[in-house]
Amino acid sequence: MSELPQQLANGLILGAMYGLIAIGYTMVYGIVQLINFAHGEIFMVGGFGALSVHLALPAATPLALALPAMLLGGIAVSVLVGVAAERFAYRPLRGAPRLAPLITAIGLSLALQQAVWRWYPDGKQARVFPQFKGGALDILGATVQRGDLFVIVAAPVCMIALGLFVGRTRSGRAMQATAQDPDTARLMGINTDRIIVLAFAIGAAFAGVAAVAYGLRTGEVQFRMGFIMGLKAFTAAVLGGIGNVYGAMLGGLVLGVAEALATAYVEEIPGMQQFGGGAWKDVWAFVLLILVLLLRPQGLLGERVADRA
Amino acid sequence: MRHRSLLILTTAVTAGALTLSACGSRSDDKKSGGGSAATVVIGVDAPITGELSALGLGMRNSVQLAIDTANKTSEVKGVTFRLEALDDKALPNVGQQNATKLAGDKDVLGLVGPINSGVAQSMQQISQQNGLTLISPANTTPDLTQGKDWKQNRRVRQFTTYFRTATTDEIQGAFDGQFAWEKLKAKTAYVIDDQKTYGVGLASSFKDQFRKLGGTIAGSEHISPDDRDFKAVVSKAVAARPDLVFYGGEYPASGPLSQQLKDGGLSVPLMGGDGMYSADYIKLNKKAQGDYASSIGKPVEQLPSAKKFIADYKAAHFKEAYETYGGSAYDAAWSLVQAVKKVVADNGGTLPADARKKVVTAMNKVSFDGVTGPISYDAYGDTTNTMITAYQVDKGTWVSRFSAEFKKFDKS
Repeated sequence: MSELPQQLANGLILGAMYGLIAIGYTMVYGIVQLINFAHGEIFMVGGFGALSVHLALPAATPLALALPAMLLGGIAVSVLVGVAAERFAYRPLRGAPRLAPLITAIGLSLALQQAVWRWYPDGKQARVFPQFKGGALDILGATVQRGDLFVIVAAPVCMIALGLFVGRTRSGRAMQATAQDPDTARLMGINTDRIIVLAFAIGAAFAGVAAVAYGLRTGEVQFRMGFIMGLKAFTAAVLGGIGNVYGAMLGGLVLGVAEALATAYVEEIPGMQQFGGGAWKDVWAFVLLILVLLLRPQGLLGERVADRA
Repeated sequence: MRHRSLLILTTAVTAGALTLSACGSRSDDKKSGGGSAATVVIGVDAPITGELSALGLGMRNSVQLAIDTANKTSEVKGVTFRLEALDDKALPNVGQQNATKLAGDKDVLGLVGPINSGVAQSMQQISQQNGLTLISPANTTPDLTQGKDWKQNRRVRQFTTYFRTATTDEIQGAFDGQFAWEKLKAKTAYVIDDQKTYGVGLASSFKDQFRKLGGTIAGSEHISPDDRDFKAVVSKAVAARPDLVFYGGEYPASGPLSQQLKDGGLSVPLMGGDGMYSADYIKLNKKAQGDYASSIGKPVEQLPSAKKFIADYKAAHFKEAYETYGGSAYDAAWSLVQAVKKVVADNGGTLPADARKKVVTAMNKVSFDGVTGPISYDAYGDTTNTMITAYQVDKGTWVSRFSAEFKKFDKS
């Protein structure tokens, strides 16, 4: 079991990225009951935004100095694309049958992937993302890369900021009200259009942060990176209870840790040897999801809400 | 009204996405004016876009070079060759569509490609049905030529129309096992594969040979080639403390994997096969120094027969490098040219009506000195050339360390 701290660290770091992306799914769903399947691509364009900023800066700029600018660049691109998607793809479909925005989201996802593929310089191949120099750090018996410190710091900071925003500010409370009942919220003088844009923007900003974390961790960004990460983050959002922002983060962490532990330990259970290892990690992650949904259909932290058709 | 506008929008977005993805298939039909000469089209099916595009573009350019050379020197009198290149995006279903499309054109007498063994599986049937020669410079899965029971030594030729200039995973993986044991003096190896046809085959024949020689497999793992976060698998490999990590798969995943292994504290090299032998592997992996990859043939730079190829390739000013399969793609295309030459010669100097069928027969007897060495095909359609080279990353480039014909190197 000497690997345990390391596998927990692996899972938590990966899970924190899932969680950051999952926020976008959960916030949008909470307010407009739309599963924004293009969110994975909003994450992806954030990675390319950050990379573009890095390429625009003088090559000698130390990464630690460039990072804030890259982060802003990534967030800016993600937010821009996220808000534009809301304005031009989803808003005209509000009130349409649910299938229409869902299909639009899938189409948008393909369009964004192909746009990066086609127009980003060398976008057809993986692009190298800058990484921190220097060796790994030892934290509580686990080897942690310098780049991973970013997500270790960024994820809690983002969560606390989001918690304060939703709970303490006027816009945050307006957001809660819109989530509970958009019609009544509008009657109370809340500009629900603005709130919806805000939800998309915040979700996209978190995706931008996650994209920078992903780039620092894997050393590359590529046009397809949003697909798997988006799918996993959506799973995390459902696991945590879709509509609940804390649930999204918790779901992400649980999913990440479940994958790491399944890779490491399932094969050590007697009789389960052939079901262990990296090939089966996704299977175990989804088994966990199904079990949670069987016992708590609303997800780990979700509240029981009547489904509004 | 509302409904109509949303419908239009959805359609527009979806159509936009489809159009964009259709941009991928680009066909090069440079028509070379041949007057009244018969035109023979040589098709290319390769991943021209996407992750493996570096390899695919090098392959396409090399076939173009072979065709241009044949036309320039009038290698086959009265015949002008033309290239038709289709993008398979490394997807089996797209490869199958491309094969069907090319088979429908009666001027197409042969098809060079694909790179991926999985794609080849979906193309072979089409090639057989249409009697169209399919020749791959890169497929290495033994099953493609020798059937699924090759491990029990029950080898049966699968498709009479399928040939390859690449030697099989059975031989390459075994070479890697031999090399790791004998030259790298590794006693234990950790084996990872990407669960794809090529990766699993290569990894399993590496394991067999390495074990036979007395080595220990410290553990095996599988990754998904679409993932980029391999930390959980890496931690297991690190805990096993092997002398070497062997990877069956391609460079898009092995680049990050190698880096994460070293980040995780494992200072031993990662070794892989020809799918890892790409300049992009080093570009995507800041800790590639010391890693090994084997590749088929001798390094083209070292072969006297390849000097002309390299010089011609440079002179042709292709935008992309010839990469791993350039030399063998040239040889594959040249085999087709030679087969067409024989068919035309046997028919009194003109192209016969059943040229496709005759090209297939002629392919079995093709023999010439190619870019990668002497080219001919055995009873299964496999190359008779088992020359393999091990390369190591040194200061940002692949440096050849050791070349041998496996038949002579094998000591198991």
